[in-house]
Amino acid sequence: MSADRRPTLGELALEVRSKNAGPFWVTMELFMRDAEGYALVADEEFLDEEVVARLYGLDPADVLFFRIPELNVVKVSFPRPVAQASLRDRDVHAGQHHVPLAALVPGSR
Amino acid sequence: MTSTAHPPDEVRILVPSGMLGGGFPAETVERGLALGADVIAVDGGSTDSGPHYLGSATAKTSAAAVARDLRLLLRASATAGIPLVIGSCGTGGTDAGVDWVAGIVDGLLAEEGLALSVARIYSEQDAADLVAELDAGRIHPLPPQGPLDAATLESCTHIVGMMGAEPIMAALEAGADVVLAGRATDTAVIAALPLMRGMPAGPTWHAAKIVECGGQCTTDPRSGGVFATVDAGGFTIEPLDPAASCTPTSVAAHMLYETVDPFQMREPAGTLQVREATYRALDERRVRVEGSRFEPADQHTIKLEGARIAGYATMSFSAIRDPHILENIADWAALLKQVLAARVRQTLDLVPPAYEIDLRLYGHDAILEALDPATGPPREVGVMLLVHAPDQATATAVAKIANPLMLHLPTRDMAYLPSLAFAYSPAETERGASYEFVLHHVVDVDDPSALFRIRLPEGASR
Repeated sequence: MSADRRPTLGELALEVRSKNAGPFWVTMELFMRDAEGYALVADEEFLDEEVVARLYGLDPADVLFFRIPELNVVKVSFPRPVAQASLRDRDVHAGQHHVPLAALVPGSR
Repeated sequence: MTSTAHPPDEVRILVPSGMLGGGFPAETVERGLALGADVIAVDGGSTDSGPHYLGSATAKTSAAAVARDLRLLLRASATAGIPLVIGSCGTGGTDAGVDWVAGIVDGLLAEEGLALSVARIYSEQDAADLVAELDAGRIHPLPPQGPLDAATLESCTHIVGMMGAEPIMAALEAGADVVLAGRATDTAVIAALPLMRGMPAGPTWHAAKIVECGGQCTTDPRSGGVFATVDAGGFTIEPLDPAASCTPTSVAAHMLYETVDPFQMREPAGTLQVREATYRALDERRVRVEGSRFEPADQHTIKLEGARIAGYATMSFSAIRDPHILENIADWAALLKQVLAARVRQTLDLVPPAYEIDLRLYGHDAILEALDPATGPPREVGVMLLVHAPDQATATAVAKIANPLMLHLPTRDMAYLPSLAFAYSPAETERGASYEFVLHHVVDVDDPSALFRIRLPEGASR
């Protein structure tokens, strides 16, 4: 990363991943490196249902959040916006949909 | 292999891999047997690769890959005298999937000269029977689905019910050495024998969830299988690859994998609750888990999965390297859609929804489209055209009309016709029927095994 910008969640995390949770849901996890990283992503001022809804074009009421300090993980689940393997589905396993979340930069909401 | 009057102190489960046909080292099974496995359990299917496999009743895995894994597992079952349980046979868990795996098993038993008895459990459902359940108010939607109608049930090419542990336990109780189950929860396949031997439900279902993806719960997800020991107070888990480890984090984190809610998981008979569970390292490779609870449900429910044909698809694929077109790629794609729609109307007299297209710009924004956080001109772009129509001929006719455009369409400002790079010839590939999942519902049942047909081996009886 260049010196003139702040790191993204993808750069701060051990891993950011997404996957189907059955055919009708998508789930994502931010695996942070330590309690400090966890505190960044668990901060509702930075990351909440509204932010995820904006990133993925959803109704915030459909977004489920799980904050798990024991694992330094924040997990997000929401109904799949596009039916799995339908004509408009470009990601059958929903395995590349973590990228917009991983591109978020803490401190610049 | 009948149940004992007094529960044993513990039940040991060998899970060689996350999916039958996925491959595992032979040492995985040898090590599991050396550790005293009481049962071998492996999952044979999933919805994760899409509705095609259920809808068409065909397997994602090749017969050769399934046979390779089965040969090692059948030998191990016979050598150790322990049962082998396989769930969701043939990917979708249809009756055809069970029979497909059973045919492979029969061939291997004959080749290997093994005398193992094989039970089949069928989980496919008749739409008319389910319509009766629907009319009786016994079918309920799971979020985010809405209510169901009879026409949706009747439109499915295949419907399966997802069995819990009970039908598998019944087959084991009846003396089957090998149980080939249709659609089952990933966990039921693993939980059946420990439950039958009197192990507590909380640790049993939690252990089953942790090991259902094989090495995924270890520090090396590509390593061979895992080994779980369930007892009255909890369970212990270790990888079968001596070089891999289970850590409290790797084990706890597996509750996150492919789950909506990491703290609870609904099974047909009740709900596993793991919020209070503790994960403790016994040494560098083994983790002890305690405090998992299973809350029996007031109403036993069976989840339904169903797929139907949504249409027929034809695909065409070309590619662009010309920097001028790439600088204007979004405009070029818009022009292609516009010209294609006009030509389809002109030649076939069709307008959407009589056909539908999806134009995907791989290298530009194909995967995330408007959600993509990145911008900037790509170096090259693969142009995939997918056409869906009610019949294959129409889908292919539309794709063929698109062919000259995917070869020669210029941008609006170009004074000449470029020639773009088709990836192969002929450009059009007929993809056949395109399926969609339409059920995400549960049906109330009084008897956990009522929706499933158990075919016991000849001569087997209690």
